[in-house]
Amino acid sequence: MSILRDGLPAGLLLLWVLAALSAPWLPLVPDRIDLTAILAPPGAGAPLGNDDLGRPVLDRLLAGARTSLLVGVGVVAISVLIGVAVGGVAGLAGGWVDLALVRLIDVFLAFPGILLAIALAGILGPGIDNLIIALAAVGWVGYARLVRAQILSLKRRDHVTAALALGAGPARILLRHLLPLTLAPLLVEATFGIAAAVIAEAGLSFLGLGVQPPQASWGSMIRDGAAYLLVAPHLVLAPGLAVLLVVLSVNLLGDRLRDRLDVRAGP
Amino acid sequence: MRRALSSRQSTSGLTAVAARVGSAALVVLGVCTLVFLLIHLVPGDPVEAMLGEGARPADREALRAALGLDRPLWEQYLGYLGRTARLDLGTSFAYQRPVAPLLGERIPATLELAVAALTLSLVIAVPLGVLAARYRGGALDAGAMGFSLLGAAVPNFWLGPVLILVFSLWLGWTPVSGREGAASLILPAVTLGTGLAAVLARMVRSSVLEVLAEDYIRTARAKGLGELSVLWGHALRNAWLPVLTLIGLQLGALLAGAVITETVFAWPGVGSLLIEAIQARDYPVVQACVLLISLSYVLVNALTDLVYGWADPRVRG
Repeated sequence: MSILRDGLPAGLLLLWVLAALSAPWLPLVPDRIDLTAILAPPGAGAPLGNDDLGRPVLDRLLAGARTSLLVGVGVVAISVLIGVAVGGVAGLAGGWVDLALVRLIDVFLAFPGILLAIALAGILGPGIDNLIIALAAVGWVGYARLVRAQILSLKRRDHVTAALALGAGPARILLRHLLPLTLAPLLVEATFGIAAAVIAEAGLSFLGLGVQPPQASWGSMIRDGAAYLLVAPHLVLAPGLAVLLVVLSVNLLGDRLRDRLDVRAGP
Repeated sequence: MRRALSSRQSTSGLTAVAARVGSAALVVLGVCTLVFLLIHLVPGDPVEAMLGEGARPADREALRAALGLDRPLWEQYLGYLGRTARLDLGTSFAYQRPVAPLLGERIPATLELAVAALTLSLVIAVPLGVLAARYRGGALDAGAMGFSLLGAAVPNFWLGPVLILVFSLWLGWTPVSGREGAASLILPAVTLGTGLAAVLARMVRSSVLEVLAEDYIRTARAKGLGELSVLWGHALRNAWLPVLTLIGLQLGALLAGAVITETVFAWPGVGSLLIEAIQARDYPVVQACVLLISLSYVLVNALTDLVYGWADPRVRG
């Protein structure tokens, strides 16, 4: 059971990260067009078959792993930085600064799901950098809310009062005395954030708002493959299973982290 | 949770309602502002992006004047707010028609899909969650939680094509896409509803588990009520409130998911209109779609809050 629960997700994640990091050094040919192998089913030459331009699906899958890891980690890193800054300032400053920032957070939360990211990515134009900007512009809000709530509950503690009495400035209070105590919930939230960013990247690429062709993304592979669903289902099945397994593994890991770090289950 | 931010003290009912409406109004204004600013994020010149590089200068100036882009920002902003309040959402470039009726034609399809998906997810999640809680630790519980994990992880832009492959192409039971007849609603509703069902089942389970530990459940059992009555009558009734809140919040994911699901199934709703408009650089339509979807989300959440206060005497205070 524990092998199934922990070993399998951990192994899958390791595979994902390894594939993404080593993609440039592997002998991959994700963009090689081979007109003799158009829509070829999985076989000896290409274990996962070839797509509508004869490109090997396995190579594109591995190149797509790089895209999804880059976007997942990039989006979460930027979101956490912005969220910690906004939430930290709001929680520590209080007063009208807090009120204004909470209103700002409320407005961003009023946009359902990745709708704002869809609109932003659509307006900024395709490309991996715009994709990361669009997703981070939506993603920071959750971390800001989390950090603010944590700091509100922590800032009356004795050790903070002591630090204040010793003359520590707000920046020092925030970075040295408050943030270290919010790391556990932040880490759990960030883990689930990576899963959300991987789905969002694939979703936006599926809508044609993500990476530019010929760069590979699991989402755009599903989009391109959908036209050949009946003749070549492997074009859709392979990248979809990749997204599903990565997201499932990250979520399982997040659950375990939450239990381990004893973070109170969120809504 | 979101609710923790909105000030909801235990004031008298009317004041609480007024405060909720007031904060919703502020959020609505903020949403309008952000949607207004969207068009100013277009890299370079939006007029050039819409007309292409070969456009004549006269055409450019005409479009610039029509969009009001030649006026100062605050004047554009006030004009935008005024027109939006009168439901004047501008004119679509692609369709050469006012946006409001164009949007109006698409609303019924999205509403139908959202209601079908929500109903389906409730029909799946409530029995599954209640039974999983009742038989905690058993095979049914494990199965329900497995479904919950999978359902939350499966992306709807993949589930949709896979369902089409199995039920439309192989079995031939349902239409591949479009909106003709009740059969065409099934696959989109399943695609959109699965994620929500997964999240809800988990919530129903933990909520019922919590309630089952209460004293009045023991009382109900002690006075000889049947298991069915205890479970569905007593436990579920009180487990509803957190589930209701979650439905309100998850509606956001549902509405955003509708954009992708409608695209997969060529479902003629607001979501597919948004994607068409993005591809055609039809910015007034993009703005209008985002505004409509977001405002309906704000509205539903404000209503959920009010219903919550009305349904739970403890919150009414």
